[in-house]
Amino acid sequence: MRAGFAAAFAIARKDLQTELRTRESLTASLSFSLVILVLFSFAFDLGREELYAISGGLLWLVYSFAGALIVNRSFARELPNDCLDVLVSSPAPGWAIFLGKTVAAFFLLLIVELVSLPFFGLFYNISWWQSPGTLLLVIFLATWGIAVVGVAFSAVTVNIRLRELMLPVLLYPMLIPLLLGAIGTTTALFTRDPEALKSMGSSIQLMIVFNLIYTSLSLYIVEFILIV
Amino acid sequence: MHAVEAENVWKYFGDYPALRGASLQVNKGACLALLGRNGAGKTTLLRILANLSRPGKGEVRLLGLASHTPEARRRIGYLGHGIGVYDDLSAVENLILFGQLLNLDNPRETALNALERVGLSRVKDGLAREFSRGMRQRLAVARAFLHDPELLILDEPFTSLDDRAVAVLQKLLQDAQSRGATIIMSTHQIREAMELATDVALLERGKVAFAGPQTVVMLADPGWLYRNHGAPE
Repeated sequence: MRAGFAAAFAIARKDLQTELRTRESLTASLSFSLVILVLFSFAFDLGREELYAISGGLLWLVYSFAGALIVNRSFARELPNDCLDVLVSSPAPGWAIFLGKTVAAFFLLLIVELVSLPFFGLFYNISWWQSPGTLLLVIFLATWGIAVVGVAFSAVTVNIRLRELMLPVLLYPMLIPLLLGAIGTTTALFTRDPEALKSMGSSIQLMIVFNLIYTSLSLYIVEFILIV
Repeated sequence: MHAVEAENVWKYFGDYPALRGASLQVNKGACLALLGRNGAGKTTLLRILANLSRPGKGEVRLLGLASHTPEARRRIGYLGHGIGVYDDLSAVENLILFGQLLNLDNPRETALNALERVGLSRVKDGLAREFSRGMRQRLAVARAFLHDPELLILDEPFTSLDDRAVAVLQKLLQDAQSRGATIIMSTHQIREAMELATDVALLERGKVAFAGPQTVVMLADPGWLYRNHGAPE
């Protein structure tokens, strides 16, 4: 077990190291999220109340699109030089490979989200900093969920020729419950609507349950996905 | 005890059976040259041995252990068609990473020793992507031999190697043989293989058509095995 966690840590560090050197998916994801935020700000001419009402949905739509670009590279990064073969034939268990990759994707996605959040506030004039602790908790939970499901489907699609197209098709339907929770909670935090704030607890619970189910399921099945 | 026991191994790709009940035993300390024409199933069999693919039917045991266990995987070194190193990591970072995956006690020291063995010490901090083809191949060889594995699974290891990489690989294979490691290598270069091999197996259309010790006749006449045990073209 200890060796597995050490292997997961080594894989996460390797993924972060190579990504920070090449900035392949980080640059693409960050630029994409900023462009979408700018485009939406031009596309919708909404009043202040309406804008606040859709703010959570807008933010998580951008984050989930940007997330697909990050997780798509997760296992695809192993394809040049057949590095995936070396990982799979190593003594590192499948769950450790998956965990390492998910942790790396989580942190990369977090960077994109935390950098684009102030721009979101700026473009839409939304006061996003009113409950920083709770907002950070929601971002952590939803980002982990996107990373887990995304990396799992990245493993499923790694050997498919059209994986860039297949991944979003598989990913977004799975993320619906998580995104509903994240959107509801984020909108409540931005609007400060007392009714919405009251139901925030159940949305957070939904995200926790989603993460528990998908994390344990993915850790269990990933070895069957990687070795066919 | 055999180092490798493959019993009635089948593998289908769609409807096509790449392996049709292949059975193979390799003694500990042996060096087996796995021969066969293109499409005979050599790579498929080696990928199953290296736990990169699951057999549809049959059983594989490595060093007395089920091939999928971490204990078995820790004791094998695999060199496939790809070099299996990360272009955006330096030579030493690559080997440290693999040392960590193998749970070695001192990955950095082991990595530096391995680079010394393949003559890449001077460029240890250079990114793999900046290396010449020959240097990348030597790095791949260092990776496969990093932990002095008890079982080496090599898929056409001499193909497209430059002279220096061939010399490095031959030296490492001889060292591995002398410390009692078991080697299985598929190859089309029969002459080079026969010089190292103690045993020979011929795969024909997914089945082991011949398995036995290497003989003087095989060494003198590389085509003998195909003429006497291979299927007609």
